[in-house]
Amino acid sequence: MSVSKPLPHDAAALHVTGRARYVDDIPTPRGTLHLAFGQSTVARGKITELNLSEVRASNDVVAVLTADDLPFDNDVSPSIHDEPLLSDGTVHYVGQPVFAVIARSHRAARVAARKAKIAYEEEIPILTIEAALQANSRFEDGPRIYEKGDAAAAIAAAAHRIEGEFEIGGQEHFYLEGQAALALPQDNGDMVVHASTQHPTEIQHKVAEALGVPMHAVRVETRRMGGGFGGKESQGNALAVACAVAARLTGQPCKMRYDRDDDMVITGKRHDFKILYEAGFDTEGRILGVNFVHYVRCGWAQDLSLPVADRAMLHADNAYLLPAARIESHRLRTNMQSATAFRGFGGPQGMIGIERVMDHASHVLGLDPVTIRQRNYYSEMAGGDTSAPAYIRDREKPETTPYGMAVTDFELHGITRALVDSSDYAARRAAVADWNARNETIKRGIGFSPVKFGISFTLTHLNQAGALVHVYQDGSIHLNHGGTEMGQGLFQKVAQVAAARFGVETERVKITATDTGKVPNTSATAASSGSDLNGMAVRAACDTIRARIADVVAQNAGVAAQNVTFADGRVRAGDVDIGFEDAAAMAYLARVSLSATGFYKTPKLDWDRIAGQGRPFFYFAYGAALTEVAVDLRTGENRILRVDALHDAGASLNPALDIGQVEGGYVQGAGWLTTEELVWDDQGKLRTHAPSTYKIPACSDRPDIFNVTLWDGKNPEKTIYRSKAVGEPPFMLGISAFLALGDALSSCGAGYHGLNAPATAEEVWHAVQRMSHGA
Amino acid sequence: MTKVHVTTTVNGDPVEFLADPRETLLDSLRNSLGLTGSKEGCGTGDCGACSVTMNGTLVCSCLVLGVEAEGAQIETIEGMGGDTQLHPLQRKFVEHAALQCGFCTPGILVAAKKLLEENANPTETEIRYWLAGNLCRCTGYDKIIRAVQDAAAEMRGEAA
Repeated sequence: MSVSKPLPHDAAALHVTGRARYVDDIPTPRGTLHLAFGQSTVARGKITELNLSEVRASNDVVAVLTADDLPFDNDVSPSIHDEPLLSDGTVHYVGQPVFAVIARSHRAARVAARKAKIAYEEEIPILTIEAALQANSRFEDGPRIYEKGDAAAAIAAAAHRIEGEFEIGGQEHFYLEGQAALALPQDNGDMVVHASTQHPTEIQHKVAEALGVPMHAVRVETRRMGGGFGGKESQGNALAVACAVAARLTGQPCKMRYDRDDDMVITGKRHDFKILYEAGFDTEGRILGVNFVHYVRCGWAQDLSLPVADRAMLHADNAYLLPAARIESHRLRTNMQSATAFRGFGGPQGMIGIERVMDHASHVLGLDPVTIRQRNYYSEMAGGDTSAPAYIRDREKPETTPYGMAVTDFELHGITRALVDSSDYAARRAAVADWNARNETIKRGIGFSPVKFGISFTLTHLNQAGALVHVYQDGSIHLNHGGTEMGQGLFQKVAQVAAARFGVETERVKITATDTGKVPNTSATAASSGSDLNGMAVRAACDTIRARIADVVAQNAGVAAQNVTFADGRVRAGDVDIGFEDAAAMAYLARVSLSATGFYKTPKLDWDRIAGQGRPFFYFAYGAALTEVAVDLRTGENRILRVDALHDAGASLNPALDIGQVEGGYVQGAGWLTTEELVWDDQGKLRTHAPSTYKIPACSDRPDIFNVTLWDGKNPEKTIYRSKAVGEPPFMLGISAFLALGDALSSCGAGYHGLNAPATAEEVWHAVQRMSHGA
Repeated sequence: MTKVHVTTTVNGDPVEFLADPRETLLDSLRNSLGLTGSKEGCGTGDCGACSVTMNGTLVCSCLVLGVEAEGAQIETIEGMGGDTQLHPLQRKFVEHAALQCGFCTPGILVAAKKLLEENANPTETEIRYWLAGNLCRCTGYDKIIRAVQDAAAEMRGEAA
């Protein structure tokens, strides 16, 4: 059967020959025009004069648009209509689009966009958490608070109490393909848009609003993206809407792509956090209560900040049973890019909070970092590993998260035990201690972190998907669904599902571009949900057609329809044994429809985000990683020497693609916490606006030893072939790299390292200085 | 600005195009010659997605002007192999799942091919540092290195 095979990415042959077309590669009709945004140069203020005469006079400029020229809605927000496409006269961050140039070439548009003369009445920008708190500049009326038990009392009564605070930086997506869109005007005011987006339906919706037409007049197509990572969930809206408006105005096709610097300056990034924590532990290292305060810099518009901050709260427990917990989350409005979705969607920030608590407690209590975590894990699911200490096994069930969801599929006891064995943890821990005793300059450290990540959109209605499948009379299959392909291999995994349902090879299945005209009302390909949702929707569509074919073949063979089998490219029933193509032809001649839609909605969800109670997730995905690093104490420079990761993808639909997600996720997660530093100056200008100044991991940074294995399990919930979502969860395995750096510093002084993220060489060096001087 | 007539050789074929003197070789390849396999990832020579060779030297085509191609020999991803005859590097990238979104893949393949021309038996460290100028945001690089090693072994006639 085609599922569970390690087949290559569906477009691999196109990728390696350079023939895979991304939006900017699509041949455009003659006369296609190009757009560029003119951007605000101040972080906060009012525009007092907008002089665009030189822009209009610039070479090859066709037209210039300001907010006054927009025929209908001036909004590209995915949430609360607070994000004008072009400035409404006020500006809220450096880089905000103020006007759009339409020109005959990409270059001409960009050159012209820099010729504007804009005068501002500047206001003092709100850039820091402290300034935002002081000005009460926030989204929602006040902080959200989720509570379980009386955390303050539990902490007060605990034998050991720890407290601290740390900062966790944001992250630039750095999808290799920048944002891009192409709008092609059609008859009667209709619009076709090709967009590099994770959310074609959102593009359709925003373009329709901007053109003052119903959604049926706009068709959005997305064949592939050159990376997404959440950065193309809402951030492509502006380009698509601008192109559509310009195409309507000029009657010409219009294209826009952000140059890398523009992309980094205009678009939102991962939310940066400051987390305050206090926690109480007993003498055995068991946590009794924890209190977190999350300060979240959301940037200037709401975008997706509320669900991102919610998800951070929902991962404040990570893998640990918290008898009492209080999580308070402040969503602060600041004058910078509107922070947005990024792989993990707040989960990583929430998770690193409790990992910091465990790390700090292991330091204070003198406990091995793996041991203290195992002592605090939730109980293993029924039938799983039985190595947990008796007090865990004897706990009252079900155990619940701080938001009241029962954890019934936990498997980190088994995963941790397997990883500790396969990575030779005990011996390496001793070897590191020995190394550190003998070396003054280069210190080594090992970090361990588990992941328990909730799978489902926390906005419950988004957990739905549709599919459209045709079988042609020659037995070839046309597959379409609402998910988008950004490199993760979704299209191949779903094609494997379709092929399995019909009992044919994947070569028979034609994968087609995501298209709002084929499958409507889709959710973003996000929240790791792509395979879960679309795989099930496609299964439903295939099963409908298969049942119809089975009826025809059964009738022909004189047997009952349930006795018809689809396998090995054959359809068999009684004495009949024919090729799938013959069965399709037979159904066609019998005048049977060979086209069907499929639909799926995730079951069992029940969530109240205000109360912070219920079941926001269908299930959890798990994993664990162990990272060893070396740090030069003189400079703070560091390297990852070895990584061992064991990750749970359920019964994997495609192990090659899933391992790719784990490896890439780990490296991206480690990059977030080590080298990737975003720096805004005191005027709110992003100074790290290109790869020259913003350091994502390079090939030379790859761990020397990188052992990645999939956990041999299956999802206890009825997901598609019992697989598990794998897009986001492994990102958080990178937390182990951050913990390893802290561990390497433990020999620098008696105190706790207090490392902030990203732990750049500079930050590591500062931590060394703090520790050496007893601070 | 007056365009300049450029005569050059791309993937062995003589070609001519008109180039604005300020336009990059990358833009000439993509916009004038329709060779869109080379990608713009950053436009500043930091990401390597636009890698091509010019007279045998590995360059970022976003840092070379189109007019500089006059009389030169340019090799791009399009010249590396097709459906029927993939270069061993291309085949190994597919086999090892050494790509995800694919946007960096052409540049990495062009760079890796150049490496193997200079050094048929590179160490893992040599591969890592040679490819350090080609950013990939998806894979974490592990499979890329394995694919290059495997292709190199095959090209040397060794079983991997």
